[in-house]
Amino acid sequence: METEAIEGGFANPVFDAQTMFRAVMDAMARPGTIQPCGELTAPPAPLSPVAAAVALALCDADTPLWLDPALQASPAAKHWLGFHTGAPLAHTPADAHFAIVSDPAELIALENFAQGTQEYPDRSTTLILQVPSLSGGETLHLEGPGIETSFAFAPVSLPRHFVEQWKQNRARFPRGVDVILAAPEGVACLPRTTRIKTKEA
Amino acid sequence: MKTDRRHEKEEALARKAAMAALADAPGETLKALWDEAGLPRDAQRLRGPETGLVTVRGRIGGGGAPFNFGEATVTRATVRVEGGSVGHAYALGRDKEKALLSAIADALWQDASRRNDIETKIIAPLQAAQAEADERRRAETAATKVDFFTMVRGED
Amino acid sequence: MYVAVKGGDAAISNAHKLLADRRRGDRSVPALRIDQIVEQLALGVDRVMAEGSLYDRELAALAIAQSRGDLIEAVFLVRAYRTTLPRFGYTNAIDTGAMLVERRVSATYKDLPGGQLLGPTFDYTHRLLDPEIAAGSPVDEPEQRDVEEGRMPRVSEILAHEGLIEGDGDMPLDHVTGDLTREPLDFPIERDLRLQALARGDEGFLLALGYSTQRGYGRNHPFVGEIRIGEVELELDVPELPFAVPLGRIRVTECQMVTQFKGSAKVPPQFTRGYGLVFGQSERKAMSMSLCDRALRAREFGEDVVAPAQDEEFVISHSDNVQATGFVEHLKLPHYVDFQAELDLIRRMRAEHDARRTDHVEQQREAAE
Repeated sequence: METEAIEGGFANPVFDAQTMFRAVMDAMARPGTIQPCGELTAPPAPLSPVAAAVALALCDADTPLWLDPALQASPAAKHWLGFHTGAPLAHTPADAHFAIVSDPAELIALENFAQGTQEYPDRSTTLILQVPSLSGGETLHLEGPGIETSFAFAPVSLPRHFVEQWKQNRARFPRGVDVILAAPEGVACLPRTTRIKTKEA
Repeated sequence: MKTDRRHEKEEALARKAAMAALADAPGETLKALWDEAGLPRDAQRLRGPETGLVTVRGRIGGGGAPFNFGEATVTRATVRVEGGSVGHAYALGRDKEKALLSAIADALWQDASRRNDIETKIIAPLQAAQAEADERRRAETAATKVDFFTMVRGED
Repeated sequence: MYVAVKGGDAAISNAHKLLADRRRGDRSVPALRIDQIVEQLALGVDRVMAEGSLYDRELAALAIAQSRGDLIEAVFLVRAYRTTLPRFGYTNAIDTGAMLVERRVSATYKDLPGGQLLGPTFDYTHRLLDPEIAAGSPVDEPEQRDVEEGRMPRVSEILAHEGLIEGDGDMPLDHVTGDLTREPLDFPIERDLRLQALARGDEGFLLALGYSTQRGYGRNHPFVGEIRIGEVELELDVPELPFAVPLGRIRVTECQMVTQFKGSAKVPPQFTRGYGLVFGQSERKAMSMSLCDRALRAREFGEDVVAPAQDEEFVISHSDNVQATGFVEHLKLPHYVDFQAELDLIRRMRAEHDARRTDHVEQQREAAE
């Protein structure tokens, strides 16, 4: 088990981490756009290659990591993340700098995660949600910084009541969480500054 | 069952001692011993070799609560060798080749058929050199020990 | 009016070339090698490691060579380098009681177990310049003597048995060890963070403050309980191994300063302690650190904070020589616009001042007439 749980990290740590960082940065700068990044890791299930690559690029010993119950239940996934990132597991979602969510539909409410403080709004959790696809779902219309007018975005299997939860997240500004969606085709982001309009609104 | 656990513990201690000898070794010494022993230099690299930092902790008053005292460079590597065993290495400094060889040594050490090779050709010579250097240092320090004596004054 | 000024590219580039030339100096003199600096300027290397807060002899030696021997510039280089490295974790706390001792002295007990070991010290040298060193004369091997086996307890353990000295310094169980490299300082701070700041503090600054406490600015009557220098093992807990992985050894200097305490309503009279721990061989720094540590505990002991060395915010905010040099040295960078504004202001004030004086003189003249 030990061997399996450590194979499949970045083949070229420096360049692969840069590629992922660039993809996430561009995705944050242009909310909703899909930034392809390839499959740079081969993690144990239920961790997805793209979510794992985001974690390897962003997490380290100083960033407590929260895992959803499905990931918690996988010793191999926990061991793999620990080995490659050095990130300690967060005791509670409120302690987490990053959270990896393999099953977003079952995710606890966003307000459970660290929201940052008025003085240090950056001290909030960044959620990495594994989704099956970034298109084909219900269309969301995104507005806000990084979007000229409005941007149509239709990821599949977001957390329950996501639009309502996101509205509350917006209301906490400058506090609030940021979201990275990791799908086989790449990453897309919803920074806390982005507003979501559903069609009828 | 109990003996199994004791065996496991002993094995962990022996492995740790081998890793300590590798970590303490001057890179050049390790490389020379390695070549002399004709051990393999290639292995599948699972992580690193890479250099980073550890934060060194001390204790308040020497034995009290911990505090962060400073940082140190550390280089580490994880490899898999033929036969499948995985080896790890960590050592102060920035010598990547040393980390790589140390990780290979750790992997071979776990292979029952190679352990003796690693122990006799690499670990034992390193430990002997380290023990000798420490002993010399202790003896040099001991020579600077103050022998107090009392001045006898007056008669009788 | 605001005028943006650009330029100086060629001047900067040529200045850097000139710096490289002057750093190398006379080409007929052999260039210094890094290993020569490590071996022969070892205490300078230690100081750069301590104040750079990074244990790596070769890097510190390279920094000294690159900075032409300007140790604060070298510290700056080392600090800049460390920011480029990922952090693997926090080591287990070092055990100075298990040190491979190279020097150990106590000013409080003559016959402490393990004895007084002078080691490679400047003490008792005559401070006469030695022409033999200039001549490059060969140096004898040091003497050796049989080693007496036995533990070398820290002196604090000896006094502790009688209950006459305070303990090692505990923190509440739920206390998370502070780390000033992660979180900005927010005064007041706890002793663990103070020690971290002091350990990387400027030796000269801490020396002056320690000296000030001896001269009466926050006096607490110190004795050197013990100074020990030597190597300690480092170990790191990692998820992939079932035991703490050994990393090798580092040299440190530890100082236990023992000071008087009159006692309070709750605590009987006893000795209190200041603690110093520094990378490398540097007992001046370790002693200064321990004096400052004790002085900064004034609040804890209900002592009046009357002296600079007891003022936590003052000491900790000004002890870092990289921060200090950054703020002092930035003054030489272009402040043309700020200065223009001040110049205008002074001119205006001067004109008003002159006008007032003329008025005043005229009024006086009128009054006289």
